[in-house]
Amino acid sequence: MEERVTNVLLSGVGGQGTILASDILCSVFHEMGYDVKKSEVHGMAQRGGDVTTHFRFGKKVYSPLIKYGEVDYLVSMELLEGLRYINWLKREGKVLLNLQEIFPPAVNLGKMKYPEDIVSQFKKYFNGRVYPIQGLNLAIQCGDPRAANIVILGAFSTFFEFPEEVWERNLLSHLPPKIHELNLKAFRAGRGAMS
Amino acid sequence: MEKILQGNYAIARGAWEAGVRVACAYPGTPSSEILTALSQEYKEDVLTEWSPNEKVALEVAIGASFAGARAMASMKHVGLNVASDPFMTVSYTGVKGGLVVVVADDPSSHSSQNEQDSRHWARFGKVPMLEPSDSQECKEFTKLAFELSEEFDTPVLVRTETRVAHSFSPVKLGERKESHTPLGLDKKDAPKYTMVPIYVRVRRKIVEERMKKLEEFTNEFKYNTVEMNDPRIGVITSGVCYNYTKEVFPEYSYLKLGMIWPLPKKLISEFSRKVKKIIIVEQLDPFLETEIRAMGIKIFHGKDVIPNHYELSPEIVERALKGKKYKPPKIRVHTEGLPPRPPNLCSGCSHRALFYAIKRLGLFTFGDIGCYTLATAPPLNAIHSTICMGAGVGGAFGAMKVLGKEGLGKCCAVIGDSTFLHAGIPPLMDIVYNKGNSTTIILDNQTTGMTGLQEHPGTGYTVTGDPTHRINFEELARALGVKHIRKVDPYNLKETMEVIKEEVERDEPSVIITVNSPCMLHRREKRKFEHPFYKVLTEKCRGCGLCLEAGCPAISWREVTEEESLTQDGHKRKGVVQINRLQCPGCGLCSQICKFEAIVPGEA
Ligand SMILES: Cc1ncc(C[n+]2csc(CCOP(=O)(O)OP(=O)(O)O)c2C)c(N)n1
Repeated sequence: MEERVTNVLLSGVGGQGTILASDILCSVFHEMGYDVKKSEVHGMAQRGGDVTTHFRFGKKVYSPLIKYGEVDYLVSMELLEGLRYINWLKREGKVLLNLQEIFPPAVNLGKMKYPEDIVSQFKKYFNGRVYPIQGLNLAIQCGDPRAANIVILGAFSTFFEFPEEVWERNLLSHLPPKIHELNLKAFRAGRGAMS
Repeated sequence: MEKILQGNYAIARGAWEAGVRVACAYPGTPSSEILTALSQEYKEDVLTEWSPNEKVALEVAIGASFAGARAMASMKHVGLNVASDPFMTVSYTGVKGGLVVVVADDPSSHSSQNEQDSRHWARFGKVPMLEPSDSQECKEFTKLAFELSEEFDTPVLVRTETRVAHSFSPVKLGERKESHTPLGLDKKDAPKYTMVPIYVRVRRKIVEERMKKLEEFTNEFKYNTVEMNDPRIGVITSGVCYNYTKEVFPEYSYLKLGMIWPLPKKLISEFSRKVKKIIIVEQLDPFLETEIRAMGIKIFHGKDVIPNHYELSPEIVERALKGKKYKPPKIRVHTEGLPPRPPNLCSGCSHRALFYAIKRLGLFTFGDIGCYTLATAPPLNAIHSTICMGAGVGGAFGAMKVLGKEGLGKCCAVIGDSTFLHAGIPPLMDIVYNKGNSTTIILDNQTTGMTGLQEHPGTGYTVTGDPTHRINFEELARALGVKHIRKVDPYNLKETMEVIKEEVERDEPSVIITVNSPCMLHRREKRKFEHPFYKVLTEKCRGCGLCLEAGCPAISWREVTEEESLTQDGHKRKGVVQINRLQCPGCGLCSQICKFEAIVPGEA
């Protein structure tokens, strides 16, 4: 195993399931033999505020927080929440964006504008390494808009050559049986969107 | 076996492995999951409770310890302020069964009313303190804390902070071992457990002797570790700060302290002789630094460069220690200018409806702590002071004392159900006893919302979900002597405004209790709204924005084009509002606010 620690920053809006997605990442990478650490801020996450999770894996991980500017993968469940962390990426970083917009209060009130062209702003710096995904639409097609996080997780899984079985088993172990089928579909839809 | 655990779950696991019998807590971020884990995963072996507040939690744990059981109380940093009275004296009595107090700091106040460094309690209370740096240590240190507690006859503090409590990392699991201390009470123990002056003086000296013994112990303690690398720089640190520093400066030498009080002075002196320069990296106050300087050791860097406020991070440590040599990463987009996304009350939340009424009445609100504190943010701007749990009730009384009749109709206190039971009863008693006239509004959403929906004595359920006696707020207020007690359905705006107005103008103490207003995230209780959602009749909307003043996340404004610039009945408008059907639960507040009948029920 290489010495280097890999840094994944997941961002989104409270209620989008960012934390669940990062829990699954933790188990998958741990099962694949890596040391893992994950850190998040709880408490107000359910109240529609922004949510970020730092997930790190490697041979030995010390800090639970990623160093600013050292993100290898930015995985965002929402466009604005992706843009907010653009400066955190390394030069050669990769960006996975769910093409979903959720308006924050200042935009709802008509006081500020929701930023335009977020995908092209990313492309300007990370051309060829920006992966926009219709997470919400795919989730709706699978049967439930709430599975968008799992679509994105599925897309993210294609960056690693782990057996699909490991991903899917760990996915299901975090979910109640009655939504297993839906989430498997969503996960596979996400993988499909990257091929 | 190895499992990935959150720091708090690892603490729960450590306590369980140590044979803990009783665990008490009052919720508080970032400590709440400790009790959740014990009450869900280990409930066969551990008696758990959500206590009404932290003082009670610690007192119950102390009683269990005196009866021979291993016991734990867990709380957030400000919780120990509330529990400080028993804490400062149980240091004198010592324990019978191991007694551990977990205190979780929240640097940067992600979820708190202040930022405190709980390490001071260890020095102040003369109690040993352990500080884990990851989940594995959370488990190990909690286990050890119980052993040390019995061995040295002392309560033991375990201190965490957000990035330890709420981080996940692998933990090697062990088995549970029951403690050998027999259960039972013995009257002969009275001089040890009864802190009246003659016995206090005896125990006072014992405390000093105990701390001396602990200091000898900690010099050899296996979790105070030295890593010799480059001998030019030696870092003294503890907890998560070790991880941050090690991440950016793996080449330095380290003295990592697992026990941060009392300090291993001999070990520190030895380490300082082995390295050329000492750097101290610690979060918040210069706690280690002050002590180590007092030992006469020269310090190269400490709080001269490391900030003494907010949480640290690898970047902050690197920036501080590299100084001018630090190269910041490239700025691609000036993200400070992006629309912020602060937390907000959920759509449909009963707090929004109630605070909208208060806003319309123009009252000064003595607020308190809970989800409803979010009503201080724009556009509601409906809370005007918040200090600590319970402070709003006494605060409104104090203001009314000086304002006299002038104050009538101008202010009120607002407090959540859990917060009221935590610390709101004595100040309400005070209002009646001392002939006040202020109004206290109890927001009964039937749960402890802010910290993640915990039960409390007003919900009728215990932490394990057992039905139990449910406090009746009306009876309670009556028993305290309040004569004017009103109940309001906050979703009825007109009635709510009338009731609040009447009561704040009344020259006597009064209490208003919200009813049928469960938290929108409540798992058991659900408010049934009459309509599934509301919609905007775009042709009627004048774009006045009045409904936006409630700050509902489901309602947004959009500019209109030339074609749409007139309403159906010919009024000019710049924009219209729209309701996101997916987010609207149909509470109907906005339709009561609208003056033009432009918001109407939708059909499923
Ligand atoms: C002394 C202390 N203990 C714990 C907390 C953490 N805390 C913040 S708000 C809150 C309770 C909120 O419940 P409630 O009063 O019912 O209001 P809600 O959030 O449900 O609206 C708690 C436990 C704190 N801030 N201070």
